[in-house]
Amino acid sequence: MSHPENATEFLKDQAKAKWHDETLWFVRDKRDRISKTIPEWEQLRELASQIKDNVLANLGSYLEDFERNALQNGIIIHWAADAEEHNQHVLRILREKNCKAIVKSKSILTEECHLNPYLEKEGIEVVDTDLGERIVQFLNQPPSHIVLPAIHLKKGEISELFHQKLHTEKGNEDPTYLTQAARIHLREKFLGAKVAITGVNFGIAETGEFVVCTNEGNADMGVHLADVHIACMGIEKILPRRKDLAVFLRLLARSATGQPITNYNSHFRSPSPGKEIHIILVDNGRTAQLSREKFKNSLKCIRCGACMNTCPIYRRSGGFSYGSTVPGPIGSILSPGLDMKKHSTLPFASTLCGSCSDVCPVKINIHEQLYEWRQEITKTHGEFGKGLSMKLASGIFKSPLAYKISGSLMRSALKALPDSLIYHPLNTWGKSRNLPDTPNETFQQWYKKNRS
Amino acid sequence: MLKINLLPMKTNSPHVALFIPCYVDQFYPKVGIASLELLEKLGCKVSYPAGQTCCGQPLANAGYERDTVGATRHFIELFKDFDYVVAPSGSCVLHVKDHSPSISGLEKEQEELHHKIFELTEFITDILKVEKLRGSFPHRVGYHASCHGQRGLRLASSSELNQTLFNKAQKLLENLDGLEWVELSRTDECCGFGGTFAVTEEALSIRMGKDRLEDHVLHQTEIITGGDMSCIMHLEGIATRNGQKMKFMHVAEILNQAIS
Repeated sequence: MSHPENATEFLKDQAKAKWHDETLWFVRDKRDRISKTIPEWEQLRELASQIKDNVLANLGSYLEDFERNALQNGIIIHWAADAEEHNQHVLRILREKNCKAIVKSKSILTEECHLNPYLEKEGIEVVDTDLGERIVQFLNQPPSHIVLPAIHLKKGEISELFHQKLHTEKGNEDPTYLTQAARIHLREKFLGAKVAITGVNFGIAETGEFVVCTNEGNADMGVHLADVHIACMGIEKILPRRKDLAVFLRLLARSATGQPITNYNSHFRSPSPGKEIHIILVDNGRTAQLSREKFKNSLKCIRCGACMNTCPIYRRSGGFSYGSTVPGPIGSILSPGLDMKKHSTLPFASTLCGSCSDVCPVKINIHEQLYEWRQEITKTHGEFGKGLSMKLASGIFKSPLAYKISGSLMRSALKALPDSLIYHPLNTWGKSRNLPDTPNETFQQWYKKNRS
Repeated sequence: MLKINLLPMKTNSPHVALFIPCYVDQFYPKVGIASLELLEKLGCKVSYPAGQTCCGQPLANAGYERDTVGATRHFIELFKDFDYVVAPSGSCVLHVKDHSPSISGLEKEQEELHHKIFELTEFITDILKVEKLRGSFPHRVGYHASCHGQRGLRLASSSELNQTLFNKAQKLLENLDGLEWVELSRTDECCGFGGTFAVTEEALSIRMGKDRLEDHVLHQTEIITGGDMSCIMHLEGIATRNGQKMKFMHVAEILNQAIS
């Protein structure tokens, strides 16, 4: 379904849509307040943006540095051109270790690669250990938000779900009680897994280490109990130097949730004796995006989700309305690069209000890229009708006479036609909105009479 | 931000061309009249060049910027000889500056145009350097910041940024005698108009508009004003459909009425 259809569906439950909007606005507001306690906030954004520009301009050599240093640290490196190759690497490692059950901490990249269904088909149990991720996994849903995966669900729905899956008391909606039940359930899974998978927030070229940021400590719990740690990393996650983290860690959690910092910022540099660390470096469309001059800086994204929280469209249509792994404004500029046809309505799911660009901690010009994607999409996937009416309009606007004739025809039609016709269901403007009263004369006519 | 030195003033009062966006021309001539009278009261020599059509924004935002070459060429030719071009619309001015295609043979004129075209309130505060307008407007006024004016032309500070607060329209309005400025819960959330978005994403557009109106109702706004009639048309359309009683005026109408 297209974004407008999904959004219309989402808005049918008005009370829930309002709650969704207000919940995410609360997060955006928290982000506003904490960012304003940092006097140098705007300089930090600028610095982060410049560091990422540098990374993208020199990505190849930074990746080579990263690989070399990581190998020296005893980490095993794999390269994956696409999702399929990524999944094959994971499966091969699991088979080598004779592993039938794994724990995974939140990784949008593994969602992007559809790793869970791939492994499950091979008879491997995958348990997402981030609380929100576990909740959506129970429901066989993808995350609806990259930082807050279960933000579309209310307490009562989670209580009911846990009652079915974890046999908690029916109707008990106490968050502490429900979280405790999840802890006990997950503890068992942690203890049983020989391999743990995590994502990567930052890979440091100069040291070959990587950093994973979580609030629940689930990544650390999984990794420390397992013999093998597989870290899945998009190739754009590189930072040149360890000291660059001082910029990015200050921005990430403040932008994401309004916290000063994520609770756990774990650095992984080399495996403990007798254990293994693997890093899978994944392209999956990233170098293609890098080659698109107008869109390449979308790869600066650090996946904080601030553009989702601020987006008036996302807040009122929900993450699923986008039908892409990364929803919201940033998803709408990343996804068309992966499959333009499938995601052709996404760049239009915006009023180009620009809030996403102003909130972005790495200053991606998101709304301008939405505009640019529209120009690309209409070249190949323009609906015929839309293209035709736009062509007519372009003819009208370059000729003053044509404009005058069509304008006066329109105004007299609006005056003469009965309301029932003007507000015909086919007239989308008039479905829930009145048209302005039609004045007797245009400004052009008034000016001619009064000033010339 | 301005290259004033590019634009030597020919007399004491610069020659200002009034650019009236197509939908204002067709549906809101009163806003055009108010803009004209206001600029004249402020001492400007104002002309309205005949033959104006549309800047091309609706096409460009729908993904057809390439079809606006004709409209853009016509626009540049019409306005190139004036000292300034002023419009009662942030959105259309932003389009001319940022999204009109480059026109071969008119590169110099186009570049100059981008530095001498202004939205009405920024022209009054930044070029005419009006610090304070004297007048009276005893009403509770709620301001709707159009996104293109606010985040595009930076006519007001943006709530996302850590910056000193400012708002060019507020600066002009708040000194009027009796005017009560309404503080909203969400100072700069989009109303959901968004050009073709208003029809292609109709359900969202309406929801967003209703939410903006609710914020104004909650804070007892009597008159909603703004610098872009497109947002106002959308909000007013929803309000009248639902029998909401507040009034809607363009900033130019308030200022022109207040100082007369």
